[in-house]
Amino acid sequence: MDAIRTEALTKHYSIGFWRPRPYLALEGLTLSVGQGEVFGFLGPNGAGKTTTLKLLMQLIYPTSGSARILGAPVGSVEVKRRIGYLPENPYFYDHLTAEELLEYFASLFGYGAAERRQRASRLLDEVGIGGERRLQLRKFSKGMLQRVGIAQALINDPEVVFFDEPMSGLDPLGRREIRQLILRLRDRGCTVFFSSHVLSDAEALCSRVAIVAKGRLVAAGPLSEILAFQVHGWELVMSQVPAAVLECALKDGRVLKALPLGPDRYALDLPLGTPPERLLADLTSAGAQLVSLTPLRETLEDFFVRQVASAQSARGLEEGLE
Amino acid sequence: MSSVRTIGTVAANVFRESVRDKVLYNLVAFAVLLMAASYLIGQLTAGQDIKIIKDLGLAAIATFGLMIAVFIGIGLVWKEVERRSIYSLLSKPLSRAEFILGKYCGLGLTLTVNVAVMVVAWYGVLAYMGTTVPPDVRAAWAAPATDLGMLRAVGLILVELMLVTAIALFFSTFSSPFLSAGFTLGLWVVGHFNADLKNFEGVVDSRAAAWFAHGLYYVLPNFSAFDIKQQVVYAQAVPATYIATTALYGGVYIALLLTASVAVFSRRDFK
Repeated sequence: MDAIRTEALTKHYSIGFWRPRPYLALEGLTLSVGQGEVFGFLGPNGAGKTTTLKLLMQLIYPTSGSARILGAPVGSVEVKRRIGYLPENPYFYDHLTAEELLEYFASLFGYGAAERRQRASRLLDEVGIGGERRLQLRKFSKGMLQRVGIAQALINDPEVVFFDEPMSGLDPLGRREIRQLILRLRDRGCTVFFSSHVLSDAEALCSRVAIVAKGRLVAAGPLSEILAFQVHGWELVMSQVPAAVLECALKDGRVLKALPLGPDRYALDLPLGTPPERLLADLTSAGAQLVSLTPLRETLEDFFVRQVASAQSARGLEEGLE
Repeated sequence: MSSVRTIGTVAANVFRESVRDKVLYNLVAFAVLLMAASYLIGQLTAGQDIKIIKDLGLAAIATFGLMIAVFIGIGLVWKEVERRSIYSLLSKPLSRAEFILGKYCGLGLTLTVNVAVMVVAWYGVLAYMGTTVPPDVRAAWAAPATDLGMLRAVGLILVELMLVTAIALFFSTFSSPFLSAGFTLGLWVVGHFNADLKNFEGVVDSRAAAWFAHGLYYVLPNFSAFDIKQQVVYAQAVPATYIATTALYGGVYIALLLTASVAVFSRRDFK
């Protein structure tokens, strides 16, 4: 059973008062997330990430399509018992302290007073809220509210947790702590679905990612697969490279660029089409020594930018035709 | 966890928020001050002082209760949506219906406690007044200063306030606080002149207009029915069946409004 499954999930809004026109927030999103995965839901601002999360929390209703969490339709009270959710830029009740907020949410799960206190205290420790826990939330900074938001999402030890931009508002130390927290959640079997436009977080944490742009899914799969086939060349580092051989290789296109790293030491960019073994053999027979040979892979950022740009141009073309 | 417990949990949070809200404290303090002022006026009006205090007390309880019901009621749902605190709350195991009912019960509890505080202060003033009046004047009163029969009027004021809260909550499920306040206060004013609509045919010639007015009479809440202040102040008999029927009328109206609130709120998108 998938932890999360969506089938052609679509959400259109009507914008404009006098002449309402449809605005496509999400179009036909079909994806599944297995149990125990850390799944990154990536996309630029306005791509449809928060819309998807709101649909999964049933804060908004789909125009068409369906979604299930842990095999049950979204929105049911039984599903809510087993999940946690951190909204984007969370905001809570001004009049409550962090401790009271967590105890209030814990009471909605039916925990007794002692259990509520114990859970609230443990989670506030885990997200790094110390003595401030007895301050009213109106006095909290954005980063502290974010930490409280993460704590409240975990109050019921959820099987699936949804984080909307979990690193937002956090300082570098806070980001590292939350990364470690997500990895701890993964280690205890919790499924983590998080949206982000910070790709380094996704690269560090996710087993699989999906990229959305302009309301459409543009790519999905394991991070290793998405990036494995995106080798666009080789980087060959050699020392004691004879200048004449290097000049010849640059002329005939076997080397695209030679970056000097020191006396007779170069980093050579080789094209993908030419096998590097032949050039390597030529250089070594001329007296050069191999330091390293590395395939040049696209980063997630390169991949992301390419996918989003192509989705945006396709959408622009469609809108132009309409 | 049962629905009743979930509703109770949400209600307790609304009550806590109200108690920590300084505006609410001010209203209670102001009501107490007003009753003290009524005592001073009573001292200047020989022979009528107790009646004036009774009148002013009941009017103050109704007015301050109305202010609390309207101005907190209209923000009950709107504030949660506007500040986005509803996102986290609705991801917890509670339905939208439980959320609405919890909010309503929380404000109902706040109102009940406020009315109770005002009533205690009011009876305190009346009891004190009773002791300062000579026995021969007291013997001429139709009812004692601390006549418990006045609690019947307080009971109906509370039902009226619960109805106002239900109206404010209903409007707050889909409109802004400004509009909700306007609609709620508008209905409250119209509801106090509701009885006139029934006899509209005596004022207009148009049969259609008379039918329309008659229809409105049945649809709009009849707030004048809850007003028995004059009767209790003058110690006139108010049949128990009238109180029970009026309370039942209020209860049915509240139930219909809450059902409509849940229906509207359950379909709403939180963009």
